[in-house]
Amino acid sequence: MKKNRLLSTTYVSLVMTFLYLPIAVLIVYSFNANKSRGVWTGFTFDWYARLFQNDIILSAFFNTLIIAVLASVVATVLGTMAAIGINSMNRLSKSLVMNITYLPIINPEIVTGVSMLLLFVSLQSLGMTMELGFGTLIIAHITFSVPYVILNVLPKLRQMDKFVFEAAQDLGCNPLTAIWKVVIPEIMPGIIAGFLMAITYSIDDFIISYFVSGPTSQTLPIAIFSMTRKKVSPEINALSTIIFAVVLGVLLLSNYLDAKKERRLNKKEDI
Amino acid sequence: MMINLLKKISALALAMLMVFSMSAVAFAEDDDEAPEYDLEYYQRFMGQKVSINVYNWGEYISNGSDDSLDVNKAFEELTGIKVNYTNFATNEELYAKLRTGGASYDIIVPSDYMIGRMISEDMLLPINFDNVPNFQHTNEEFRNQPYDPENKYSIPYTWGTVGIVYNTTMVDEEITSWDILWNPNYMGDILMFSNPRDAFGIAQKMLGLSQNPSTEEELRAATNLLKEQKYLVQAYVMDEIFDKMTGGEAALAPYYAGDALTMIDDNPDLDFVVPNEGTNRFLDAICIPKGAKNQEAAEMYINFLCEPDVAAANIDYIGYSTPNIAAFELLDEEVSSDPISYPPQEILEKTEYFLELPNEINVMMDKMWTEVLSTDAEYSQWLIPMLLVVSILLSIGINVARGINKKRRERIY
Repeated sequence: MKKNRLLSTTYVSLVMTFLYLPIAVLIVYSFNANKSRGVWTGFTFDWYARLFQNDIILSAFFNTLIIAVLASVVATVLGTMAAIGINSMNRLSKSLVMNITYLPIINPEIVTGVSMLLLFVSLQSLGMTMELGFGTLIIAHITFSVPYVILNVLPKLRQMDKFVFEAAQDLGCNPLTAIWKVVIPEIMPGIIAGFLMAITYSIDDFIISYFVSGPTSQTLPIAIFSMTRKKVSPEINALSTIIFAVVLGVLLLSNYLDAKKERRLNKKEDI
Repeated sequence: MMINLLKKISALALAMLMVFSMSAVAFAEDDDEAPEYDLEYYQRFMGQKVSINVYNWGEYISNGSDDSLDVNKAFEELTGIKVNYTNFATNEELYAKLRTGGASYDIIVPSDYMIGRMISEDMLLPINFDNVPNFQHTNEEFRNQPYDPENKYSIPYTWGTVGIVYNTTMVDEEITSWDILWNPNYMGDILMFSNPRDAFGIAQKMLGLSQNPSTEEELRAATNLLKEQKYLVQAYVMDEIFDKMTGGEAALAPYYAGDALTMIDDNPDLDFVVPNEGTNRFLDAICIPKGAKNQEAAEMYINFLCEPDVAAANIDYIGYSTPNIAAFELLDEEVSSDPISYPPQEILEKTEYFLELPNEINVMMDKMWTEVLSTDAEYSQWLIPMLLVVSILLSIGINVARGINKKRRERIY
């Protein structure tokens, strides 16, 4: 089938519009002079100024970021170790463990959220002080992020030549160094993909955080949801625009650096 | 080349840092007119590292934007007590959070019927009013309300009425009754509440019934009325109403008085009216739940919220009406004389509070609300279980078939 230039460009631009039009509207209305999302009355930077004075939104945002980074780092470490272990299991145990790993992903988030809440509350009645707050949020986020890391690292492990590990030990290093110096660099793309996925799911999460958050820490989605009785302020539009701009900038920068590295590699090959 | 670029970037960063720190200093020197507070009362916990957990609605306290007072920050500076401030979106969310335990709050702000429910389930602590001298500013009209008859557990925070927001360019008759929401001339231009109590409340007022039904017949009559209205309704909304009314997408919508003022600000074509049959009055009050770690500090916070200037700043931000007489005096003339926020006595007498309903009535109301929302859809209750059984059988069948196919292929080789 020959590629029809016009048709493919039109189709791709339609898909891109469908994906990005809501974000574009969001960004445009962050500069709107009045609070509504239907009527444009004038251009202003007011909402950005007000955003930086709004302690509640800012502290919720920083909570979200800190929890996302911490939980993702721990989840990545745990998930990578788990994937390395799962890879060397026999077929029966591997399929059993993989089915258990799939459970948090298939489970509706509300079930996970309620069950974590019940877990923390029942631990309290057993005497352990597990008051809902920062700690419980991080534990819950780690719990639902680990499966995503495992799912990203396992394929990379399967692709890897399994005798490389033995070869490294033959050349003299102990198992730990072999893993650190040989296996991890091979599966690094999978680890990074898992880390990014964990961060995304963590920042995005509303339902599980809703159930396990406490009086001292609330995340950004919860703060936004609580505004729905009285009208979500365009300061949220301003915050979303800033997040979008930062993520876009990071992506563009990393793509640029990657392209530069490839160009350098290609030049070396030519020589 | 790279070093030059690095130098330029770090110079720029340093410059920006200096600019921001200087502007921070400018902001800090703003409070030259601090009002007189009773320091001996407020500084009792200074330096003791006390903290309180406050659980309030979203956007329900003055937070310092637009030169208004940042209440939480002012309280922390005045008393040295740290305020952990989190938000909820509905009364039911607040109730669920308290019920499951796991977290202790010192201050909560429930609505009228939720306070009644919490009192009957013994979830609140009686307030020591000796510790809250500013309670004297509360209007007599708002003390000893039906949900808290001896006023032991709550201190009013905001109140308001429900009425009809309408677009004067799309509605040319005078509105006197709730039945305009059933008028076929406005088909497709009517919005309704998307929560059962408010929606049933309107139907009940139209039928002359109480907004706190006690029998199934009353609920059934209201349900039938709502079902008759369904084909005229553009949408069942809560906060989507702001954009819809200010954008002129609908002509009539029932909503809360304070929010109507916000909409009128954005679209001067709008107006607000309370129909003659009477309406619902709502009141959000501050309570201290059982399990609060520091009741005295919580009472200090309540007292601070009742300070006239603090209450006035809060009401300015929130937009509802204040039950605090001293704060009322401090409001702008146009706000305090606005009949939308502060309706005359004849209208107030015809308002009714929501009270806690007995459990069977609540369950029935939920069921009938689902009936109203799904009136057009006719499907049997066996549809979902049947679909479930069929898909399970299908998935088992497909897997078995694949297994058999695989074995057959392997035998050939």
